[in-house]
Amino acid sequence: MSIQIQQVSKSFGTFHALNDISIDIESGELIALLGPSGSGKTTLLRILAGLESLDEGVIRFDGQNITNVHPKERQVGFVFQHYALFRHMTVFDNVAYGLKVRPRKTRPPKAEITKKVNELLSLVKLENLANRYPSQLSGGQRQRVALARALAVEPKVLLLDEPFGALDAKVRKELRRWLRKLHNEFHVTSIFVTHDQEEALDVANRIIVMNNGKIEQIGSPEEVYEHPKNPFVYNFLGNVNLFKGRLHNGKLTQGQLEVNVESLHGSYEEAVGYVRPHEIHIEKVQVDNETVGAKIVHIHVVGPIVQIELRREDTGEYLEAEITKEHYKKLIVNKGDVVFIRPKQLKVFIPEDFSI
Amino acid sequence: MIAPLKINKETSMSMSHSSTKSYSLQESAITKWTLIIISLLFLLLFLILPLLSIFVMAFEKGWETYIASITEPDALSAIKLTLIVAIIVVPLNAIFGLVAAWAITKFSFKGKNFLITLIDLPFAISPVIAGLIFILLFGAGGYFGEWLLQHNLKIVFALPGIVLATLFVTFPFIVRELIPLMQMQGITEEEASISLGASGLKTFLLVTLPNIKWGLLYGVILCNARAMGEFGAVSVVSGHIRGMTNTMPLHIEILYNEYQFTAAFAVASLMSILAIVTIIIKNLIEWKAKNV
Repeated sequence: MSIQIQQVSKSFGTFHALNDISIDIESGELIALLGPSGSGKTTLLRILAGLESLDEGVIRFDGQNITNVHPKERQVGFVFQHYALFRHMTVFDNVAYGLKVRPRKTRPPKAEITKKVNELLSLVKLENLANRYPSQLSGGQRQRVALARALAVEPKVLLLDEPFGALDAKVRKELRRWLRKLHNEFHVTSIFVTHDQEEALDVANRIIVMNNGKIEQIGSPEEVYEHPKNPFVYNFLGNVNLFKGRLHNGKLTQGQLEVNVESLHGSYEEAVGYVRPHEIHIEKVQVDNETVGAKIVHIHVVGPIVQIELRREDTGEYLEAEITKEHYKKLIVNKGDVVFIRPKQLKVFIPEDFSI
Repeated sequence: MIAPLKINKETSMSMSHSSTKSYSLQESAITKWTLIIISLLFLLLFLILPLLSIFVMAFEKGWETYIASITEPDALSAIKLTLIVAIIVVPLNAIFGLVAAWAITKFSFKGKNFLITLIDLPFAISPVIAGLIFILLFGAGGYFGEWLLQHNLKIVFALPGIVLATLFVTFPFIVRELIPLMQMQGITEEEASISLGASGLKTFLLVTLPNIKWGLLYGVILCNARAMGEFGAVSVVSGHIRGMTNTMPLHIEILYNEYQFTAAFAVASLMSILAIVTIIIKNLIEWKAKNV
């Protein structure tokens, strides 16, 4: 089912949780709503489910205006952050709930409900735990029960609020993969909220980056990671090094560093260059002005990537670089060495006050 | 006798694993047993002895007198009235308690704190004043007295007055039990139920009620105990008409004032049995609620 969110705004008292949000979601997409806490992502999800009212705007499911439709009629599967399993019901009864509470006319017969629930339990690999209570399950198991319960009503949209937030790292990774697999099988339009950029990049096929109740960028994981539209997205998705300097004639200068910038022309007293750690090149000798001297403060070798912390000789600012282990072995550097760093792919943003 | 043994076991355990309990909290055996003995003696003197004496006095003149004193017409009428009051008051307060606790914990609205304070009012007001309120409102000289007289309605010195006074006094018991419980449980399970397509009524019956049933029952039992035992407020509005508007506590007082000690204690023993049963049920519920 496709979803259109049109000019939605929502305030809690004087706090603007959502500010004129418009998003088009196509049928079968797997969307991540990514943002820091307080960015309005959970509010948006709850509005889609009908658990929260909106002040302005329209929500359409398949073109149909459902803004004022009661949540129980929206056919939305909602997975709550802390699962919200019915604590006095067994796993089986939890999953069966959505089918059992249907009005008599549309309620499937008992045998059919049992069959369906057992199918779902085997899908989430919990057949053996059907008679357990939620308190007897681990976090990952509870999460899977919550998913099965939401899927039981055959929702047209699956909404997940921080689905992996309360789980430990390993289970989280497993469930992530599993969610993607599930989505590939069912093709139900799914939206999940997360504050973990890695999770969003890993699972979603489209990411909506939110901040302060506004959308910062919408795009594929690759797009938002490789081509962030603004400093916020740059900062929020992955580590980044900042070069604050002056822009003049297509050159960003800061201290002894001078970098060519192709994308921006004109002069600005203040400009900020953003460079990802893996886009910082380390050289042992200075070739030109596009490099600057830095002292290695710390070397962190784990796995195939080597993280190097450096301190610039001219400004004293700290930088982070990431190089492959192979490159690291060839380079032969040690803690305390002075090397020259070259920012490849510098993306420059002009702070808003100066851009007008 | 079980409790001290349990404590003993715990301390001996914490001695073998010194990390399980703060060392500074470990007292010497003398201190521990002195404290236990003091509290046991206190309980014996002020609770168990008086309770026993009720039964001793009740059976002083034998079984026959006992049976006779609780089956004479005035006593029977007092027992009947007490039960009627409880049967009316407890369900009403249960419904009110559910509604108020639901409103307070599941919605946010202006004046919520004021409502919570208002619910506590009966705890703060002396029962005698609670009774007087109804005399002032519905008594012959009260605000509605004239009107009631014209329409031949009796509230004070009759069952409605007793029910109203008891309602007032036992108001907070159930709602006070439910609010913290429902606050703790939050509203996400209800939201989950609604988003799964359940109606409001089904959500209440299948999700909310099972989650609060032990708390509700606990509140009902406390409310019932107080409804049957209330003296002050009921005494003011009842008018003490024998065989008509006397509840059990009032009946006991009258018997006692007339020096019919055995009869007074016989009825008192009935109420005591009720109290003991209540405490047992209350403990069973607590135990059950913990083990669910």
